[in-house]
Amino acid sequence: MKKFIVAILVMAPSLVVQAQKYSAESSVVSFFSDGAIEDIAASNAKSMSIFNTTTGDVVFSIPIKDFEFEKSLMKEHFNEKYMETEKFPKATFQGKITGFQSTVTGEQAAKAAGKLTMHGVTKEIELAGTVEFSNGKVMMKSKFLVKLEDYKIAIPQLLWQNIAEEIEVRTEFTYKAQ
Amino acid sequence: MIKKFVTLSIGLVSSIVLWAQDDLMKELEASQKPETIYIGQTFKGTRIVNGQSVETKPKGALEFIFSHRFGKINEGAYTLWGLDQAYVRLGFEYGLTDRLGVGIGRSSTDKTYDGFLRYKVARQSTGARNFPVTITAMGTTNIKTSPNEEENPLITFEDRLSYVAQVMIARKFTPNFSVQLTPVFVHRNTVNQDYENNDDFSLGLGARYKITKSMALCGEYYYRLNPMDNTKIPDLYKHYNSIGAGLDIETGGHVFQVLISNSQGMIDRAVIAETDGNVKKGDIRLGFNISRTFQIKKPK
Repeated sequence: MKKFIVAILVMAPSLVVQAQKYSAESSVVSFFSDGAIEDIAASNAKSMSIFNTTTGDVVFSIPIKDFEFEKSLMKEHFNEKYMETEKFPKATFQGKITGFQSTVTGEQAAKAAGKLTMHGVTKEIELAGTVEFSNGKVMMKSKFLVKLEDYKIAIPQLLWQNIAEEIEVRTEFTYKAQ
Repeated sequence: MIKKFVTLSIGLVSSIVLWAQDDLMKELEASQKPETIYIGQTFKGTRIVNGQSVETKPKGALEFIFSHRFGKINEGAYTLWGLDQAYVRLGFEYGLTDRLGVGIGRSSTDKTYDGFLRYKVARQSTGARNFPVTITAMGTTNIKTSPNEEENPLITFEDRLSYVAQVMIARKFTPNFSVQLTPVFVHRNTVNQDYENNDDFSLGLGARYKITKSMALCGEYYYRLNPMDNTKIPDLYKHYNSIGAGLDIETGGHVFQVLISNSQGMIDRAVIAETDGNVKKGDIRLGFNISRTFQIKKPK
């Protein structure tokens, strides 16, 4: 029993000491919406993230205003009508990535679970992706669907045709050690 | 004992995990440099009702505006409440940069052409750099082409010209509510000096309130600072302060503005210096602006 307590006490600080944190040096967050009238695609290279490879803890922060579209009017509508960017400037995810080993090189499948917040709404989500360790860098990719109504992103009725109710989001982050 | 201890540790560890993520989020936020966030889309379009707004077209975007003003509603059933008469302006505006726009238009009234440049001098912002208002300056030249030379050989080219200089100063107080103040100077080369000024000064007040994500109510009033005394001039030359109210409806690439106003003109010179409708007598006109934006060049 005593040994057990000692073991816990020894392990707990070692967890902190050995924690290896990586921060994103480049990122692409993009989405695609398959609309009846026109497809809408946008991409954002200004996101930030920190990944603790020891614990799997990960956080993302995505500035909504930095999504770039093919047409400037789409960007205006996206910010003004759908995301209400002045009220909700960022989307964030904080969670944990499991199913990977930081000692293995090459692409590994991994799972992420945590809280996704956007448009002022927080939802627990789980999603699948890949993690790859190589040359002191970490690459993390994922692809998932976001249902607009889950995040109270209303679609103005006059525009009901324009944006799909579910959009596909892709993320690609490259990290280097802090 | 051990069971309790294990439960306790699991509880503790999971709380540490949550704490660790919050902490990581704080670290991330701390690493972000303070940014300047520009507040855009103060108004839906480049027009509030009749007058100009601080908005410019984004780089590479071309706006086509089709405007219509009908006759006076108080003309009654004989002219179908003014709908028999229709005045039209066709206009284009192009964003050379996100802040500099150039435009041309042609109004059916006096067959007038207008050309203008509009530059966003300052943008409302929060964050690293705080600035309370968006300021746009605009200069316009108008050329009346009616009557033409055959109809009146005495009119020179200079007689046909008039100029407008204005500064739009607007603040978006909330995402739904914006207000604009617009000092305007109008110069007309040739007027009937007994009844009209060559130089007119005016102060405009405009506002927008969004009632839904796609609809907004707009109002506008231009107060003339040096008007002629209407009691001393014949009816034909009496002019009034312009007032207008409109409903903006946005549908994808279109903005429809349905409006009522005592002004017939769709260019600033006519709105500010030549509004002939006396609101007290019910000289109100129905009108609309339809704008469609095309992306000519892809944004970077």
